[in-house]
Amino acid sequence: MQYERPETLKDAVGLLSNSKGKAFVLAGGSDLLVRMRGEYIDPDVIVDIKNVKGLDQVAKTAKGFSIGAAVPCAELGENKALKKAWPGVVEAANLIGSKQIQGRCTISGNLCNASPAADSVPALVAAGAKAVIAGPGRKRRVAVEKIVTAPGKTCLEKGELIEAIELGKQAARSGDAYLRFIPRTEMDIAVASAGVNLTLDNKGVVKSARVALGAVAPTVVLVKDAARAIIGTKLEEEALDKMALACAKACNPIDDKRGTIEFREKVSGVLAQRAAKIAYARAGGK
Amino acid sequence: MSGIAVSTTINGDEVEYLCQADETLLDVLRDRLEMTGTKEGCGTGDCGACSVMVDGRLVCSCLVLGAEVQGSTIETIEGMADGADLHPLQQKFIEHAALQCGVCTPGFLIAAKDLLERNPNPTEEEIRFGLAGNLCRCTGYDKIVRAVQDAAQEMKG
Amino acid sequence: MGFDAAFEKKKKLNSVGTRPLRPDGVEKVTGKARYGADFNMPGQLVGRILRSPHAHAKIKKIDTTKAEKLKGVKAVITAKDLPDLTDGNSDLYDVLDNCMAREKALYDGHAVAAVAAIDAATARKALKLIKVDYKILPHVTDVDEAADAKAPLVREGVFTTGVDPKPAKPSNITNRSQYGHGDVEGGMAEADFIVGRTFKTEQTHQGYIEPHACVASVNSDGNAELWVCTQGHFVYRQNCADLLGMDASKLRVTSSEIGGGFGGKTHVWSEPVALALSRKAGRPVKLVMSREEVFRASGPTSATSIDVRIGAKKDGTVTAAEATLRYTCGPYPGMWAELGAMTAFAPYDFANVKTVGYEVLVNRPKVAAYRAPSAPMAAFAVESAVDELAGKIGMDPVKFRIKNAAKEGSRASYGPVYGPIGIGPTLEAAKKHPHMKAPLGKNQGRGMACGFWFNFGGQTCSNINIGEDGTVNLAVGTVDVGGSRASLSLVAAEELGVPYEQIKAVIGDTGTLGHNDMTDGSRGTFSSSLATISAARNAISIMKERAAKMWDIPVEHVEWENGHAVAKGKKYGNLPKLSVKDIAAKAGRTGGPIAGHSELVADGAGVSFATHICDIEVDPQTGATKVLRYTVIQDAGKAVHPTYVEGQYQGGAAQGIGWALNEEYIYGKDGRLQNPGFLDYRIPVCSDLPMIDTQILEIPNPNHPYGVRGVGETSIVPPLAAIANAVSNAVDARMTHIPMSPPRILKALETEAAE
Repeated sequence: MQYERPETLKDAVGLLSNSKGKAFVLAGGSDLLVRMRGEYIDPDVIVDIKNVKGLDQVAKTAKGFSIGAAVPCAELGENKALKKAWPGVVEAANLIGSKQIQGRCTISGNLCNASPAADSVPALVAAGAKAVIAGPGRKRRVAVEKIVTAPGKTCLEKGELIEAIELGKQAARSGDAYLRFIPRTEMDIAVASAGVNLTLDNKGVVKSARVALGAVAPTVVLVKDAARAIIGTKLEEEALDKMALACAKACNPIDDKRGTIEFREKVSGVLAQRAAKIAYARAGGK
Repeated sequence: MSGIAVSTTINGDEVEYLCQADETLLDVLRDRLEMTGTKEGCGTGDCGACSVMVDGRLVCSCLVLGAEVQGSTIETIEGMADGADLHPLQQKFIEHAALQCGVCTPGFLIAAKDLLERNPNPTEEEIRFGLAGNLCRCTGYDKIVRAVQDAAQEMKG
Repeated sequence: MGFDAAFEKKKKLNSVGTRPLRPDGVEKVTGKARYGADFNMPGQLVGRILRSPHAHAKIKKIDTTKAEKLKGVKAVITAKDLPDLTDGNSDLYDVLDNCMAREKALYDGHAVAAVAAIDAATARKALKLIKVDYKILPHVTDVDEAADAKAPLVREGVFTTGVDPKPAKPSNITNRSQYGHGDVEGGMAEADFIVGRTFKTEQTHQGYIEPHACVASVNSDGNAELWVCTQGHFVYRQNCADLLGMDASKLRVTSSEIGGGFGGKTHVWSEPVALALSRKAGRPVKLVMSREEVFRASGPTSATSIDVRIGAKKDGTVTAAEATLRYTCGPYPGMWAELGAMTAFAPYDFANVKTVGYEVLVNRPKVAAYRAPSAPMAAFAVESAVDELAGKIGMDPVKFRIKNAAKEGSRASYGPVYGPIGIGPTLEAAKKHPHMKAPLGKNQGRGMACGFWFNFGGQTCSNINIGEDGTVNLAVGTVDVGGSRASLSLVAAEELGVPYEQIKAVIGDTGTLGHNDMTDGSRGTFSSSLATISAARNAISIMKERAAKMWDIPVEHVEWENGHAVAKGKKYGNLPKLSVKDIAAKAGRTGGPIAGHSELVADGAGVSFATHICDIEVDPQTGATKVLRYTVIQDAGKAVHPTYVEGQYQGGAAQGIGWALNEEYIYGKDGRLQNPGFLDYRIPVCSDLPMIDTQILEIPNPNHPYGVRGVGETSIVPPLAAIANAVSNAVDARMTHIPMSPPRILKALETEAAE
C-alpha cells in the first residue's frame, strides 16, 4: 500500500485519477481505517487530503459557508457563526462517534462512507447542502441527497473527491434540528434519525420545510410528504401526526442487529416530530 | 517495502521513525517506540483506550496512520506527569480508586485532561458525556467521575 | 487448614477497614504497568489464528503449504501439531478441541490453524494462504431450538446424564440436575395465588477492555516461559503443560497486569496455541487477540430460557416454588444450568422448592464464567416472579421478601443449612433506605431485587519475606484483578503490626509459589487473606524465637504486640521491646532470613447476599430507558479496603445494567455473530449511568478471623431483575426478555395497549 499526502487539489485529483489499483481518499480516517482493519477493503493507494491547501478551513462565503473536506467535526462545534446559522447540522456532526472520533472525522467523509445511518447526512439534506466535487473534469456541485446511490456507493467517478460542503445562508425565521435514536446515550450508530429544516412566515406559520430521515432506507431519504404535512401549520398535533405517518410511509427499512422494521417506522416519525418542534422553536415559533 | 520516514514531537521530544503505510499511530507508539502506556482495547475507535492528543485534538491513535503525523505534536500518557510529579488527575484517580484493572486508565486520563482544559468547571453531565468515548468495565464510572470532579476543583486552585 | 480461621470477635482491627492508596496506582496512571500485550521477548514472532467462518462444519482438509512457503513465516500449525495427550480426560479434551478444532468447527470463530511470522502483515497474509476445505453442517444457536428433539446435533453421541433411565436417543442436552426439598405440588395446592412465566435472557460477554494476550517461548530442552494476562497462572500452567506434554515445573508462567477478567480469563484459548507455535518455530511468539476474536472466540456467558412457578398464601407465605432452567454451554458440556438451579431460590426459606437444570449444547463459543456465573439469569426469572406475586397478593415487594427470606438455620434450596447470613439485613436496610421513599415522576418506575452468590475458597499459598531492613515482601499467587494487593497488604500490616507502607505485595510467578487456584469465585481476597494471616503468624512465631535468642530468654516469655516482640513476666518485663526492624537487622546472626509461609485450602467462604434498588424512566414513544438512580446494599462480612469493596459493588451493578438493557450476542440465520465489537455490543458508557450508591453491611463470616466474605460477584446478580421490575412498573407490562432493548420495550408497550 502506498500513502500519499498531496498539497494541492490538482495533485490529489491526479493521484486518484492515475492510480493503478484501488485508491481511497483519507480525510479523518475514522471509517477508512476501520474498514482496512476489518479487511473489508485493501487499498493500493491512500490519498491523505489533510495537507491540501484550503481543505482544512471553514470559510464564510457570500452565499453562506463552505466546509473544507478535511475539517474535523469537532471544529464545526467550535465555529460560533456556523453553529448559530446551522445548529442542527453542527449537532449532527457532533454526534458522530465520540469526542475522539470527532477530533478526526469529517462531514465529507461521513457522506462518502455512504452509510444509511450517517449522522450528519440527514441534517445536511434537510439544510439543502451541496457537495463541491473536484475531479479530472469540471468542478461540479451536487445536492447532498444525490451523492449516495446505495449503501457504500456514491456517484463520485474515478479521480473525483469532495472538496467542500456548502451550506447556504439560513433565511430569516428559520431553524434546523437533528435527532437520532440510539440505544445508548453516546457511541452508537443511529437506529433511526431525522433532520428538519424549516422557515416560518411572520405569523409563525411554517412556510417551507425539508425533512430527511436516516437509517430507515438504503440511503437517506428526503420526505417531501412529511414537509408538506407541516407546511402551512404551526405544528399542531394533527399536522405532526400526519408528518409521522408520512415518515413511516417513506421508510423502507430492514430488520438488523440495530433495530426492527416496525421500530424504525414508528421511531422515525417520533424523531421527525421532535426535531420539527426544536427547529420551530429555533425559528422563533411559539 | 521501504518505510515512510516520519518526524514528530512526542511529549516534547523530537522523535523520528520509519513505518509502513498501513501502520497506525497506535502500532507505531507501542511496537516501534515501545511506548506501551497507550493501550489497544478494540482497534476500531470504540473504546478510547488508545486516546492520545495530536496537535491539540483528542483522537484514538488506532484511527490515525503513523504516516499521517509527520510534523505533528503528540501527547501520550507517558508525558502526562511532570517528571516525578503526577498531574492532579493522575493523583485523584489513585485517591478515588478510579481504576480497578487500570487498562482503560491512560485513555481516560488523556481524555479527562482535554475535557478540563476545554471546560475547567464541568457539570457531572458534561463529564459523563465528555468521557463517553472511553469504556471502563470495572468501575461503573462512579469513582472516575468523582476523581475528575475533584481534580477540576484542585486545578482551579 | 493450617491454622484456626474462626472469626475473632474481640480482635481490634487497626489496618483492615482503612482506605490507603493502592500500591500499584502510580504505575497504572503513568502507563508504566505492563499488561498482557505490553511485553516483548528477543526475536519474538507475531502469532495469528485462522478461525472458522462457519457455525458448524466438518473440516475435510487443511492445506498449509502455500502459507509455509511465504517468506517470513516461521511456523504454521493445525490440530496435528497439538496431538491428543488428554488420556481419556474429556474435560481436557474439550479444552484442546476448543483451542484448535480437530474434526469439526463448532462455532463461528473456532480456531482451525495458526501461524507465526516475522511481523503482523506477513502473518495476516499467511492466514489468507491457508486453504480449509469445509463441509458445512446444519447448525443451531438458540437455546430452546437446540433443546428440541429435532434439532441438529452439535456433537455426536451425547446422551443426557442425570436422567433415569438413560435416554435412547442422543440430543444436545448433556445433563439434567435437580435441587430442592419438600413437596412442590402439595405446596402449590395450598397457594391462594400462583405466578408462572417463562423468561429468556440473551448471551452476554464479560467485556473486559484488555483482549487476551500472551508471549510464549519454548526451548528445545523443554524449558518454557509464558507471559500472559490471566486470572490464574497456576491453572494455565497446568492446562498448558497437560495439553502440550510438558513438565509443569519447566513451564514458568508469569501473570501480567490484567485488564479485566470477570471470569473470562479463567480459561485457556490461545495460550496453548502460542506455545505450540513457539515450539515449532523455536522462537518466542506473541499472540494478541483482536476485539473481534475476543467476542467470537473467547468465553461468553450462557443464553437462557427459564420457567418459574411460585405459589403463596394471602398472608404472603410462599407455599411452593419451582424453576426449570435451560442454559447454553456452547459446544462443550458445562454445569451452567446447574449453577443456576442452585442459586435460583437461595435467598429464600421455602418449605417446598424444586429446581431442574438442563445443559444445552449450541453452535456458539464455549461458555466461560462471568461474575457469579449463571446466577443473574436465574435471579432475573425468580425475582421477577416474586415481584409479580407480591403485586397479586397486594403486598409491598420488600415486605414480601422479608417475610420469606432465609436466615441462620434455614435450609438453602441447594442443600446446606445457612450460618449467619445477610439477606435479611440487606432487605431491612433497603426498606429503611431513603431511595425507597423518593418520589417518582411520570413514566418512571422503581424496582428492587435480591441476589446470592456462594463465594469460593480453595487452594492458596503465600509467602512473607522480611528484609534485613525490616520491610516486608508479601508474595501471593492469586492474580490482582482489581486492587487485592492493597487489601492483602492491609492484612499483612494488620497481623504484623507494621504500617501498610512497609509492605510490598507482589504476585509470585509459578516458579516461586505453590499452586494457587484462580482469582475467581470472589476468592482472591478471602483465600489469600487467610493465607496471608497464616503466613504472617508463622513469621511472627519465628520473630518471637529470634527475639528470645536476642534477649537470651525462653520463647514462652515472648509475645507479639503492635509490631513488636515484647518480653513478659516479672523477670523479663523490663527488657526494651524489639521491632520487626530490630529483629530483622540481627537475623543473620540469629538463624538466617525471616519468612513465613502458608499453604492451605481456604474453607468456609461465607455466602453473600445483596439487595439492589433502581429507578428507571421509559420514553413511551421510543422504548428508550434511562437509569435515574441506583443503590446497592450488600454484605461484605468485613470490608478490608472499603473503597475497593464499593468499587466491586458499583462495577457489578454497571455490568448488570448493561446486560439488562442493551448487551446481547446477535446471531444471523447463518449462525455467524453479527456484533463482534464494542460498537454494536453495547456496554454502558459513562453517560448511560448515574452515580451508583453503595451501602456495605458487615455480617461477619464465622470462618475468617476478621469475618471477611467474598464481595466481587454478588453485585451482578440482582440488576437484571431489579431493572426488569423497575421497567415493568414504569410501563405496566411484565418484561420477560433480557436485554430490555428499546424495540422489545416498545413492543411490550404496544402489546399492553392492544390488550
